[in-house]
Amino acid sequence: MHKRVSLTPAAFDLIEELKAIHGELMFHQSGGCCDGSQPMCFEKGDFKLGQSDVCLGEIDGCEFWMSKDQFEYWKHTHLTIDAVNGRGASFSLEIPYGKRFMTVSRLFTEEEAQDLSPLSFVVD
Amino acid sequence: MCYHEIDFKTTFGKIKLDKIMSAIAETEVSNLAKRPQFKEKYGNFIGGKFVEPASGQYFDNESPIDGKVFTKAARSNKEDVEKAIDAAHEAFKTWSVTSATYRSNLLNKIADRIEENLEYLATVETIDNGKAIRETRAADLPLVIDHFRYFAGVIRAEEGGISEHDENTVSIVLHEPLGVVGQIIPWNFPLLMATWKIAPAIAAGNCCVVKPAEQTPTSIMVLMELLQDIVPAGVINIVTGFGPEAGKPLAQSERISKVSFTGETTTGRLIMQYASENLLPVTMELGGKSPNIFFSSVADADDDFFDKAVEGAVMFALNQGEVCTCPSRILVQEDIYDTFMERVVARTKAIKTGHPLDGTVMMGAQASNDQYEKIQSYLKIGKEEGAEVLTGGASNNLGGDLENGYYIQPTIFKGNNKMRIFQEEIFGPVTCVTTFKTVEEAIEIANDTMYGLGAGVWTRDAHELYQVPRAIKAGRVWVNNYHAYPAHAPFGGYKKSGFGRENHKMMLDHYRQTKNMLVSYSKQKLGFF
Repeated sequence: MHKRVSLTPAAFDLIEELKAIHGELMFHQSGGCCDGSQPMCFEKGDFKLGQSDVCLGEIDGCEFWMSKDQFEYWKHTHLTIDAVNGRGASFSLEIPYGKRFMTVSRLFTEEEAQDLSPLSFVVD
Repeated sequence: MCYHEIDFKTTFGKIKLDKIMSAIAETEVSNLAKRPQFKEKYGNFIGGKFVEPASGQYFDNESPIDGKVFTKAARSNKEDVEKAIDAAHEAFKTWSVTSATYRSNLLNKIADRIEENLEYLATVETIDNGKAIRETRAADLPLVIDHFRYFAGVIRAEEGGISEHDENTVSIVLHEPLGVVGQIIPWNFPLLMATWKIAPAIAAGNCCVVKPAEQTPTSIMVLMELLQDIVPAGVINIVTGFGPEAGKPLAQSERISKVSFTGETTTGRLIMQYASENLLPVTMELGGKSPNIFFSSVADADDDFFDKAVEGAVMFALNQGEVCTCPSRILVQEDIYDTFMERVVARTKAIKTGHPLDGTVMMGAQASNDQYEKIQSYLKIGKEEGAEVLTGGASNNLGGDLENGYYIQPTIFKGNNKMRIFQEEIFGPVTCVTTFKTVEEAIEIANDTMYGLGAGVWTRDAHELYQVPRAIKAGRVWVNNYHAYPAHAPFGGYKKSGFGRENHKMMLDHYRQTKNMLVSYSKQKLGFF
């Protein structure tokens, strides 16, 4: 079974640093203006998930979510969460440290596309 | 020079052309605008004064031009936000009861002061944001000035309402300011976006607590230095810092009456979630993926209009594509694709890139390193998904002093609307072209997006001119023009692009309560009890 989302060593290190400060974390992939198309990292539970969201899997034990309508356009791509230097805006927790999580996408291979990890959703 | 004149006139409407022309002429001699002296660091602007942040800490502000630190900004936290809210509440006691005349005159004074310092502020904005000074001189700052004057004007002329319901009952409708409002500003047009929020809010009698974006914390502080002796203490308060540390306590505050946000969808949802805890109204502007549609009749003649349409397609490069309404999807009717796109590609290749402070350079640097990297990741996925690069397609190494700046080549992809580059806001100088056969197909592709902020429709056909804009689910449809932002036209999104509007006098009602006094002049009881 192939993962839909993975992470780079740089992203792993940054998540570990943030976990040490904030405890459990979650991600929600943003869309739209300015810092849109970037993943946002919050303390687990700080961002209210809803029926409009879908969970693509976990990175370093953190759930990675996206809105369903956005996922419709992203579902054929594999996401790698990276961390780069840069002054980003938004409420994402890494911003004060001059770092930014970044989503790097590639197409799934045909073989991968046949056997992708299951999605999960908010349960009532 | 003649071309520039047409370009700016049609794009931005009300602009002082003589100023632009002399500015361009000046820089042709001296080439680069003179860099102003910045302070070593800028504190927060609270209660009419620059004050140290509670943490005592500052963060580096790098210019996207060369990646070098040129000043520092206050790293604020909840304590600073609370101080700013205190100052705003104190000011509100008197500001909220000032006459419309007083506020109008004050907004005019703000506009005059900005106009006197246009070249200085345009230079500062370019250094802070990285955009070409050709645009800050001709668009950002003139629009800022005009916006303050527009709201100075409308508050003098507008009225409440009165109606006689029957001979003894009169309903009086009056407006009252909301109170202290929180405003979170994006980095793509730092001064203009701040003005879009501040001007109507203070015109309506509110006091503001403004949080500028992390990437561009300086130009608004330079502006407040210039306005310090004009704006009464506490009416406009600016707190810089990082979203999780300074933006979040502002959005979560129980002591503000509204939050206005421009940015992306996840943060938009988060802010609405915080606002819901206090039942606060919010205004959201969350971006788009705007279609720019060119119908066959555009190419009926090779005339001025055709030339204007070609420029309209190349508008994706305005502000390096860092515009929520960037026309990032070009839809061309199949039969004119070759004729039209040949000219669009040629015009795109003619975009002069280089030092943003050079008055002849048309496109500057992306605002930050992470944006620069993100755009490149989209160039990669575009190619991977099979889109054809018609021009550009890579970063733009300008060498020399600009080696470490964040430059991208203006890029046009050809592909189809299901590709990710057609669906996501890249926020760079990247557009994607596809073709359509019929009007119906054009509308279908145009609306096949999560967003609905802007759109462009270009045609010589009178029916298409009206029917297509009405069929597009977007808040602003430019018809035979693009990227004009007059203060007198409402701007805002449908669908996931947000809600509420900016610009236009209707903005006053986004910052006001409606007070209804229902008066009875009858001396007789109703008879119920």
